[in-house]
Formats: sequence, structure tokens, C-alpha cells
Amino acid sequence: MTTLPTHTEKKLGLVIDLDTCVGCHACVISCKGWNTENYGAPLSDQNPYGADPSGTFLNRVHSYEVTPDEGAAMTVHFPKSCLHCEDAPCVTVCPTGASYKRVEDGIVLVNESDCIGCGLCAWACPYGARELDQAAGVMKKCTLCVDRIYNENLPEIDREPACVRTCPSGARHFGDLGDETSGVSKLVAERGGMDLMPELGTKPVNKYLPPRPKDDQIDILAPFLEPIAEEPQGFLGWLDKTLERIG
Amino acid sequence: MHPAPSIIVFTVFSGLGFGLLTFLGLGKPDYSGFTAFIFFLIAYVFAVGGLISSTFHLGNPQRAIKAFSQWRTSWLSREGCLAVAALTVMGLYAIGVVFLDTRWTLLGLLGGALSLATVFGTSMIYTQITTVPRWHHWTTPVLFILYALTGGAFLAGQTSTAAPMLLLLGVFQCVVWIIGDKLFARSGSTIESATGLGGMGKVRMFEAPHSSKNYLMKEMVHVVGRKHARTLRIIGVLCVSLLPYLLLVLPPFYHLISLAALLLHIIGALTLRWLFFAEAEHTVGLYYGKR
Repeated sequence: MTTLPTHTEKKLGLVIDLDTCVGCHACVISCKGWNTENYGAPLSDQNPYGADPSGTFLNRVHSYEVTPDEGAAMTVHFPKSCLHCEDAPCVTVCPTGASYKRVEDGIVLVNESDCIGCGLCAWACPYGARELDQAAGVMKKCTLCVDRIYNENLPEIDREPACVRTCPSGARHFGDLGDETSGVSKLVAERGGMDLMPELGTKPVNKYLPPRPKDDQIDILAPFLEPIAEEPQGFLGWLDKTLERIG
Repeated sequence: MHPAPSIIVFTVFSGLGFGLLTFLGLGKPDYSGFTAFIFFLIAYVFAVGGLISSTFHLGNPQRAIKAFSQWRTSWLSREGCLAVAALTVMGLYAIGVVFLDTRWTLLGLLGGALSLATVFGTSMIYTQITTVPRWHHWTTPVLFILYALTGGAFLAGQTSTAAPMLLLLGVFQCVVWIIGDKLFARSGSTIESATGLGGMGKVRMFEAPHSSKNYLMKEMVHVVGRKHARTLRIIGVLCVSLLPYLLLVLPPFYHLISLAALLLHIIGALTLRWLFFAEAEHTVGLYYGKR
């Protein structure tokens, strides 16, 4: 059913910390690995060893340069996957009912056996979170690792999305954003978590934590590290003078 | 957006076919028997041919029947349902006109209305897409219906109706461009709002997430096609509107000239439909530092 639920029991989603992300792309690889070997059609690659390789990914890391009005520019690594929007435009446009939003946890999923591969949901998504697999002809998107988070065959520590589990810098957090007392909700409140393109009214569940402002002073010990002698002295001073005399 | 040939053929020819069906439903031209059969045949070949063409871009066309199920929310589904309803009603109406020499006026009016509603449905597939501000505007359905009615009047041989509509279409197409060129900026989406980093400063793409093009860029960041947009706009509007209009109104009037005018109109419509897609900017381009 492509009618969106008016209310979901939980709002499972990710909180991505743009301050700690180091742009290593480990989440991209672990996502591709898990989702190729498990639920649904594998994430295919086209011409992977050729001159023009491409493939299906559910998570990608962009990098941006942010230049403030004053001061130095900053690099921000920016992982992007499905935001599991509350008002998901990709669901309502689906003609077959393959796309749906779950009432129990708010995850947006694609039933691949119903998907005709028309691509309209990918057009409707502002964020580029959906990619049509070129081999299977069905739409692929982040499932929030629905086959991990409830999977009792896995040790408890692994029952979170592959991208979160693998992130070496702890930049990705998983939890219920509908519950104000959850760790992720507190993190969002503390750090001013934000929506992407809020003007489009999609009400994304996933939140992004902005980079913390940079310190003005590099280090309190920095003044002690200033060079003591502008002019070389001792052996270097002698060498400098001698070379000058020869030159 | 990627101007897929199957979608261009679908929207142009199904529009022409349903436009002609609208006029046939109104009893214009008022033929019966074999002549009427030819008119209905042209309308069905265009409408059905267009619909079949639309399935060529599907990843799994064998499941296309499922697309009739989600008419509650999906305009693509609604369009499919409306098309089947229009073709069924007009088919019954055609039996009366062609074989029984009887015109069931009410059935014709209903079929005509359904045909026009199908074109509206097609246009809403694009109009509902908020991520493409150029399409997400009331002018899109009006433009699609104008194209269908103009082409329909032309195919139905209604020269006195077609001629002024050709001019109206040309003028309205220019109005759509004037408005449409400003819509992305007016939507308020920028690389700053897309990344949420605008509060910190000016944002610029530093490094792309992948080294070569992916599905998203091929499908939604089609910047190459916009290079000759201005030239194509001029050629398109000349072919779709001005030249066919002159051929229709300037004496002497022959059927062969009328046919040439129709061909010009269709070539113009195909060119401008190509531009409709190629010029449409999707918000996902912002993440790639493009429009």
C-alpha cells in the first residue's frame, strides 16, 4: 500500500555526526557487502574493472568544502543514504505498491517482487537515496539493515545497521528518533541535529549533527613553539656565512 | 532529467492519440463507416502505441499489470486506469459509429472526457514531482492538455480550430519557459539547504562520492543536453506552432500541405518534449554541485 501511515510506532533511523566523520567510506563498503549477500537482489556493478565502472550503492559519502565569511575553509565529509522520511514522496508515487513505509518502525522498504522498475520513486526522492539496479531492474534503497536489527541469529552487538557497526570513528548512531528518551534523540537535542532540505516538507527521520565550531587558538602551548632565532647561529650560522662568501 | 526516447514517444503520441479521441468523442469529424474507422484506427495506434512505448523503459515490464493497483495515491497508476477506461468507452462508441452508423452522444462525451483526463493524468506524473521545480507547477498540466488538444484538432481535420490553437500553444509554451526558468531558484533549495551546512558558510563540492557517473547522475543530472537549449527552443516553437500555422492559413490549401504542417508539428512536439526532460533540474544535482 502506497498510502503513508498517519503514525508509526517507532521512528527508527540514523544520526550522522558530520563533526566526527573522517570520510573513510568504510560504511559504503560494509553496506554494499551486507546488502549484496543478504536481503533482496544483489547490488550489481557494471563494468567494474573497465574504464567506466558504475554500480548500485545504498550509501555514498560526498565531501564538501565550507568557506565561512572569515577564517579558513573546512572540509566536511557527508555520508548520504535513505532518510526514511515521515512524509516519504517516494512511497506515494509508486504505481504498484512495491514501496511502503512500515507502521511498526517507520522503515521505508521496497517489495522487489512487486517493483516494475519504472524509476518514478527515484525521481520523487530529493536526496538521491534510491538507485535502480541495472542488472535486476528493481529499485534498491537502504533497508536500515532490517535483516540485521531484528536478527536473533546474530550476537546482540551486531544487531544494528552494517554502516553503524563498521564506522571506525563513531560518526553513525542508530536508534528510535520517535522516543525522546533514546540516546539518538538526546544527541539530536544536544548537538542541534538538522534535517536535509527541510523546505521540501519530507520530514526526514535521519538527522545530521553539524560540525562543531573550530577553536580560534590552536593550542595553549603554541606560543612556546614559536621560532626563537630568525638568524641561524652556531654551526648553521658559520655554514651560512661561509657559503655566502663562496657564492 | 534524462530524456528517455521511450518516454518522449509515449507522452507525445499518447497525447496526440487521446487528443484525437477527445475530438472524435465530440463527434468531430462527423463521419461514419470506413472513414470513421480510419480516424479511430489512427487514434488507437497513437494512444496504444504510446502506452506500449512507455513500458520499454521499465526494469521489469512483465509485472506492468500491477501498476493499476495504487490509484489512491499514485498518478502513474491513475493514468493507467484512466487510459484503459478511455480506450474501452471510446471502443464501444467507435462500434456504434463505424458499424451501426449510430452516434451514442453521451457515450462519446464520456469517452472524450476520459481521454482528456488521461492526458491530465500523464501530466500529473510530472507535476507531482516536487524535486523538479520546473515541473511542479500548474502550467505543466495546461501545457500537456494544450498539446493534446492542438494535435487532436489537427488530426481530426478541424483546421479552423487547429489554426488558432497552434498559435495559443506557441505563446503558452514561451510563457512556460519564462516562468519555468525562475522556478528552481524560487524553490529555495540550494547546496546549502541540501547539506544543512549553510549556517557555516558557502558550500562547494570538494570530492564526488564516486569516480564515474552513476544511475543518479545519468537519470537526474542530465546537464549535457542543456547546451543547445536556446537554439532548440527556437527551432521547436517554429516547428510546433508558427510554421504549421502559416501553412494552414496561407492559401492555397491542399491536403498535402496540411500533412506537411502536421509532420512539422509532430517534429516540433518531439523536440520540445525532449527539452521538457533535458532542461528539468532535479534537487539531487545539488549534492553533486550541479543543477
